[in-house]
Amino acid sequence: MLEQIVIQTINGIVVGMILALVASGLTLIFGIMDVVNFAHGELFMLGAYVGVITLTATGSFWIALIVATLVIAALGAVIHVTTLRPLLGRDPLNTILATFGLSLVLQNYALWQFGPVARKIQEPVTGQFALFYLDYPWYRVLIALLSAAIIGALWLFLKFSTYGVWIRATTQDRVMAQAMGIPVPRLLTLVFAIGAGMAAASGVLFGPLVGVNHAMGLDWVLKAFIVVVIGGMGNLGGSIAASIFISLTESYASLWVSPSQAIIVSFIVLILTLLIRPTGLFVPTPK
Amino acid sequence: MSAPDHNDVLVRVEDIHTFYGKSHILHGVSLEVRRGEIVGLLGRNGVGKSTTLKAIMGLVHPSRGAVLLEGQSIAHLPAHRLARLGIGYVPEDRRIFRLLTVSENLRTGLDGRGVSEARKKELLDMAFEYFPVLAERRGQAGGTLSGGEQQMLAIARAMMLEPKIILLDEPTEGLMPRMVSQIRNIIDLLRGQGVAVLLVEQNVPLTLDASERVYFMEKGQVRHHAAASALHADHELIHRYLGV
Repeated sequence: MLEQIVIQTINGIVVGMILALVASGLTLIFGIMDVVNFAHGELFMLGAYVGVITLTATGSFWIALIVATLVIAALGAVIHVTTLRPLLGRDPLNTILATFGLSLVLQNYALWQFGPVARKIQEPVTGQFALFYLDYPWYRVLIALLSAAIIGALWLFLKFSTYGVWIRATTQDRVMAQAMGIPVPRLLTLVFAIGAGMAAASGVLFGPLVGVNHAMGLDWVLKAFIVVVIGGMGNLGGSIAASIFISLTESYASLWVSPSQAIIVSFIVLILTLLIRPTGLFVPTPK
Repeated sequence: MSAPDHNDVLVRVEDIHTFYGKSHILHGVSLEVRRGEIVGLLGRNGVGKSTTLKAIMGLVHPSRGAVLLEGQSIAHLPAHRLARLGIGYVPEDRRIFRLLTVSENLRTGLDGRGVSEARKKELLDMAFEYFPVLAERRGQAGGTLSGGEQQMLAIARAMMLEPKIILLDEPTEGLMPRMVSQIRNIIDLLRGQGVAVLLVEQNVPLTLDASERVYFMEKGQVRHHAAASALHADHELIHRYLGV
């Protein structure tokens, strides 16, 4: 039993870190723009496909990871300028419909372009280490570390860089940020691009574990939405804590029930959060 | 006080009309502020004083009329461009970035304008010299400051833009008397630096004392305009527009 708990703890943290990477992009975009990005899962999926293509062409997983991140970040910028910027100042419902429509378009584009058969991304590290009765792949540990590194880099960027200060200022008070000379429309495009790039990076990192197909984004974006709500909408630290929390809970639950049933646990946590503390579990009580 | 050169108009507002939804807020406001001049804008609550400031700052776009900065039309420009052209804004509720530290609040006005590191340091040192309390609290979140300290931070933050004019909206509102005289000193400081101020206030003595000229607004229009020195004794006029 103890062995299983250790294994599930490691699994929970690994999945939680990937989830945190997806969710930080989502929560960053929501926090600064009030845009609920329903196309986030498709950016994750397209990132994985760009990864597959680049990997085939270059043979290097690392080049694939970087190229996918940059390409999808650029796509995110284009999407923002063409689809979301014209809706600035309108009812949030407009942006929900726009991003939902976008997700359908991107998903069906991927189906048309790449077909329904799942592609495989070869993991860059194939070694395993003995964990009780299991051979645990090093790659899973690497995913967790890389996700943590990317999130850490985002945190440093937000904390110290000029754009980071601008992003935080704009999140708190968009009008006053403009009055201080912060180029808000350009900044929003940058944030959407960063969020998209992070989704793409997580898609490539997670590709080797699940296989790449046009619908792979759905599961992830659903879970990312759950953790963003539980963590407190728009709160980066809260989303990360909630990602780990939810993944660990699901991992432990799967000790007793099948993994597909363990997902129910996250919905239970979500419902309880909405009932008891709708502002989020991992944020200070609002004054 | 020497009369400022009439040709040296910094900001000119010409017959602007604004709407908030269907309600007509400004009904043709015209005024001007000359370079380095302190101008008061008085009137009862809800007559459109704050809206006039927002229209100059580009936060409200007039449906008719013109706003000129140094002779150039600016009514169509977004606020962030105007901030960089030299308009500083200190809104009524201060609108400090509450989760940013005092230093970061000041940084929002320093970065990204192509200002050299040396000049940035000069501006920061100046802010900390004028407002020592901000230096003491530079690492603290803006939201933890008292009302008066937040007001100083809001003004210091606007000064980081090296503005030609600062739009000051009710800087003394809700402050203790000791702080009110400090606001008076800050206005003098801005005058000393050659920064023009358009001052919206409820505090009539302070406005008459600090300003060179005063405009009176009523129902979305400027109704009267006079040199501040002529108004000190004119209690009847002040009573008519302000009810005090």
